[in-house]
Amino acid sequence: MAIVYQRPHALLDVPTHYCPGCTHGVIHKLVAEVIDELGIEGNTVGVVPVGCSVMAYDYFACDAVEAPHGRAPAVATGLKRAIPTNVVFTYQGDGDLAAIGTAETVHSATRGENITVIFVNNGIYGMTGGQMAPTTLPGQVTQTTPYGRDTDIAGYPIRVCEMLSTLSGVAYAERVAVDSVPNIKKAKAAIKKAFTAQIEGKGFSIVEVLSTCPTNWGFTPVEAIQWLRDNMMPYYPLGVYMDRTEEGVKHNA
Amino acid sequence: MASNQKVLMKGNEALAEAAIQAGCHHFFGYPITPQTEVAAYMSKRMPKIGGTYLQAESEVAAINMVLGAASAGVRAMTSSSSPGISLKSEGISYIAGSDLPCLIINVQRGGPGLGGIQPSQSDYWQATRAPGHGDLHILVFAPSTIQEMVDMVFDAFENADRYRMPAMILADGMLGQMMEPVVFPEKKVVTFDKESWATNGHKNQRPHNIVNSLYLQATELERKVKERFERYEVIKAKEARAEEYLVDDAELVVVAYGATSRIARSAINSARAKGVKVGLIRPQTLWPYPSAVIAKAAQTAKAFLTVEMSMGQMVDDVRLAVNGKAPVSFFGHTGGVIPTPAEVLSEIEKLTGGDR
Amino acid sequence: MLNMLLAGFGGQGVLFAGKIVAYAGLIEDQYVSWLPSYGPEMRGGTANCSVCLSDQPIGSPLVLAPDVLIAMNLPSYDKFIDKVVPGGIAVIDSSLIDKKCERTDIHCFYVPATELAQSENLQGLANIIILGKAFGESKFASFETVEQAIHKCVPAKKQHLAEPNLRAIQLGMGL
Repeated sequence: MAIVYQRPHALLDVPTHYCPGCTHGVIHKLVAEVIDELGIEGNTVGVVPVGCSVMAYDYFACDAVEAPHGRAPAVATGLKRAIPTNVVFTYQGDGDLAAIGTAETVHSATRGENITVIFVNNGIYGMTGGQMAPTTLPGQVTQTTPYGRDTDIAGYPIRVCEMLSTLSGVAYAERVAVDSVPNIKKAKAAIKKAFTAQIEGKGFSIVEVLSTCPTNWGFTPVEAIQWLRDNMMPYYPLGVYMDRTEEGVKHNA
Repeated sequence: MASNQKVLMKGNEALAEAAIQAGCHHFFGYPITPQTEVAAYMSKRMPKIGGTYLQAESEVAAINMVLGAASAGVRAMTSSSSPGISLKSEGISYIAGSDLPCLIINVQRGGPGLGGIQPSQSDYWQATRAPGHGDLHILVFAPSTIQEMVDMVFDAFENADRYRMPAMILADGMLGQMMEPVVFPEKKVVTFDKESWATNGHKNQRPHNIVNSLYLQATELERKVKERFERYEVIKAKEARAEEYLVDDAELVVVAYGATSRIARSAINSARAKGVKVGLIRPQTLWPYPSAVIAKAAQTAKAFLTVEMSMGQMVDDVRLAVNGKAPVSFFGHTGGVIPTPAEVLSEIEKLTGGDR
Repeated sequence: MLNMLLAGFGGQGVLFAGKIVAYAGLIEDQYVSWLPSYGPEMRGGTANCSVCLSDQPIGSPLVLAPDVLIAMNLPSYDKFIDKVVPGGIAVIDSSLIDKKCERTDIHCFYVPATELAQSENLQGLANIIILGKAFGESKFASFETVEQAIHKCVPAKKQHLAEPNLRAIQLGMGL
């Protein structure tokens, strides 16, 4: 019988700890499928963050390092500089990447560090129980913005792809979502393009994935998907923000 | 650089050259006085040997780049001075908790806070007690000459690899900035097989390796930490080092490390010339601490004097080692003020009742 | 044994002159240390370095009481002239320091090093002229050693500068 679908080899057959309806599982699968399709599991090293995906090292079949909070791009830099022929990716949430790790994110991007960043943006700190994230929307209620995010007090959300696209070291920056089958397919294509850019030595690549957090948003998974479409997508438009995957970032003054 | 030839080198540059010769081809740094020559030297040499010199965006990033490179199984290092080491303490804790080897250099300056830029030894507690959060130790080497800085870099890398833990060279602004003649020995670099744990890509030939310090099950974390502490016991038994100078008949034993041990030695020579029976114990490792050497001296010596460029930090360890068998007093300067041999001599004379 | 203190403005080359002394010690197989002042004061402010040569291991490399003082500006002269050990030597750049030392227990030499460097076409080598005088008076090494030390200290790519340095040393020695 022909196999029409199976678990990617790069994703291990273990139960995950993610909440029901959480889209981390979908994103893990996409990354693993890309690793399979590019045939790079044996020379790929993942760097996982502090946040809900802190234990992602248990799910990916490639080698993996658990980084201090926000430092994944620095750890990835060390791994990549040590063995440049390896494929190194980070998998980070919004608090990790755009709050505590902003400096590491910006500087690895501007160095054109030849790594791939998978940035899962669900607008909230999930693991600690739903506090305001740097990407929490204005007015959004979280445990630490009980009256909604007041931009007079807490400032504005960061649009990461837009910000990073101003830097000369960025080869590829795209924002995708995993709210529907067509968008999931686009997300996978973006992830594959980002990994491919790295393999070809083009420079820093990032795929921002709009994701849900039904548990901490206080919705059912289906409601959460709709909330993402209605609220996150207008604020964080999907699309390609930088594409230098042809020419690369070297001598890109 | 040709080996076996005596050259005049700054401590900071000698540290860097020694690291390269010890097989470290990955350096991640950030400028801070008085250690910047380490980074400058690396930036000159690394491109010529195909190594990595990277100026990080912060001390925090630099130590985490070391974490990444060490995970990949290569010899990696960073260097800084006191305020920068505080920033690195997060990474040091993670590196220790992930059982990774690396080298950290601290060319100490006065603190706390931004403090000053002159030589100091006031990071002793930080290095030996709390280099980061959690139950952990790092290997701490305390050179007192430029030659010893070179030799200890080799030892530090080797023992870091052997015991899979961070090692620190605890120097100070005086040692970092001064020049002395130094010989780079034809040392055989001892290498270790890291395939069982390094995240260097499994090449479809082994299960995936994971570098990690997270253990959510309390019992599992306890087991992991206890395992590490069993290793620490082995290290304490085997790796503590101290130099003894005129201790055998000494009634007063001065304990000092690094730059202050040099000053103490001058004072001891002057005191001996006057007939005062005084000797020196110079710890070469600060963790593990050479307590046994001091305990042995405490069987015969009548008193101890600890000299430091701090308000008195190592003196705690001397008191623990002496264990009440003799009085232990302290003399020091802090904030970047360097004690003079004359001051130490006068302290020795005070404690021994002057000329005999 | 020699404890030398060389002091002046940043840029006058006192660290370089000290390095020549240190290399001379190294060549003659002595224990040697060279310790600079460092930090913001280096940038246009005062700079000094301590050099010790000894047949015994060197304790503190910081020279607080020099046998030989080279003073190349007034702040350095004021700061260190009283620290010279009795019987010691002070060599003073009289182009820049118009004071005369009142101490009678040390040997003071006044060398218009900065003016001589200009008039003798040895621009930037006042430090070496004054070192030449200090060497002539203290003989911390043999002349051949000092020659070798200069060749060591002048970078390999700038060996053409060794000749003027040697000329400057000899000029200082002859004063």
